[in-house]
Amino acid sequence: MSAVLKTVNLVKIYQDGAIPVPAVRGVDLQVEPGEFVAIMGPSGSGKSTLVHMLGGLDARTSGEIWLDGKRVDTLSESAWALLRRKKVGFVFQFFNLVANMTVGDNVELPALLAGVSPKVARERRESLLGALDLTDRADAAPAQLSGGEQQRVALARALANQPSLLLADEPTGNLDSRNTRDVLRLLGKVHKEGQSIVMVTHDARVAALADRVVSLFDGEVVDDGRIARRRRGTAGEVIDLR
Amino acid sequence: MRLHLLALLAKEPAHGYELKQALEQTFGSAYPSPNIGQVYVTLGRLEKDGLVRAVDVEQSNRPNKKVYYLTAKGRDHLTTWVDEPTEGPRVRDEFFMKLVLAPLTGIADRMALINRQRRHYLSLMSDLNDLLNRTSPSDRVAMLLIEGAMLHLQADLDWLERCQEDLA
Ligand SMILES: Nc1ncnc2c1ncn2[C@@H]1O[C@H](COP(=O)(O)OP(=O)(O)OP(=O)(O)O)[C@@H](O)[C@H]1O
Ligand SMILES: [Mg+2]
Repeated sequence: MSAVLKTVNLVKIYQDGAIPVPAVRGVDLQVEPGEFVAIMGPSGSGKSTLVHMLGGLDARTSGEIWLDGKRVDTLSESAWALLRRKKVGFVFQFFNLVANMTVGDNVELPALLAGVSPKVARERRESLLGALDLTDRADAAPAQLSGGEQQRVALARALANQPSLLLADEPTGNLDSRNTRDVLRLLGKVHKEGQSIVMVTHDARVAALADRVVSLFDGEVVDDGRIARRRRGTAGEVIDLR
Repeated sequence: MRLHLLALLAKEPAHGYELKQALEQTFGSAYPSPNIGQVYVTLGRLEKDGLVRAVDVEQSNRPNKKVYYLTAKGRDHLTTWVDEPTEGPRVRDEFFMKLVLAPLTGIADRMALINRQRRHYLSLMSDLNDLLNRTSPSDRVAMLLIEGAMLHLQADLDWLERCQEDLA
């Protein structure tokens, strides 16, 4: 089985200012099919830059990106757009919903664009909105939603295509604990069904769902390893109440 | 367990087994089920300290059972406990000591310590996630306790990140 994602010595240097900013400095990353990888690290460590490159939203400076065994860092913008429709779901740090479309249509559109039948696209829309407790917001415009609700719509939209890879940048950044629970449940469910996920997060509850955690620091990977699972008794045994 | 038992006895007199049951009912799965021997040992000490007193109640066909009740001194003790502010949780300092002293020992560098600790916290969080999923939402006390533990763990992770930024 080949990796769903692979990068080789991936580098990004922003050159738009007076001095070049090296944001990602030689990242080698491999994600196997069905794997859930959490990306953590301090602010400014290059997390958003990395996932933007992985989703073709930002051009790399040097290095290679491979998706499903195909080299993609050399693709044109239009070829990327096509690929994203079929293979990659993206949740942005600052959502990015289509403003003049309803919430429901925002979720349904990607599947239609990818050529799924209208009936199937509608079914996925209903089930995703239901899972994220958004069914009664389906006809609202994104601007009428709270930050947390928009965040959940963005997640539903990214999953609508059943992409080979879900890329997400702080998808729970704007959520209170109840809404985070809905998102956690959905992520746990799609992961169990085999969804590959690469997710930037500061939220330990989200990161703890992952199989692996990759830590960035100053644009470099400083740690990459599995999260051990133990499964122990009741709250009283795990938490010391005195 | 001393003060927990005093609090239960403030409501009504009870014998040892009733107290054990009341603890289980109040805390649900948030409390490690107390062993009955421990309840009796604690009651014995409370009695010796004059905080509770016991009366023998006759039972037909069975040995007498001891019913415990709160004394005035016991009630004062309990009131003081409830009224005074509770110490906040101490910053968990053992890891911090390791982190600060590590370069002196030459055994491990700070980055390695931080990375290992991060994975450890995430593994604990993963336990708590599982626990939350296995806990019935009607077990409100246990749910709140787990959420509290999660928030503490999140703070520990955020602090770890600060340590990484400043020390590593
Ligand atoms: N468009 C840009 N032009 C110039 N520099 C940029 C640009 N975008 C990001 N940077 C810089 O690149 C570095 C990495 O930024 P990035 O947004 O990837 O960090 P991050 O890890 O996602 O942080 P946060 O946790 O705050 O979202 C930072 O120093 C940032 O200032
Ligand atoms: Mg970012």
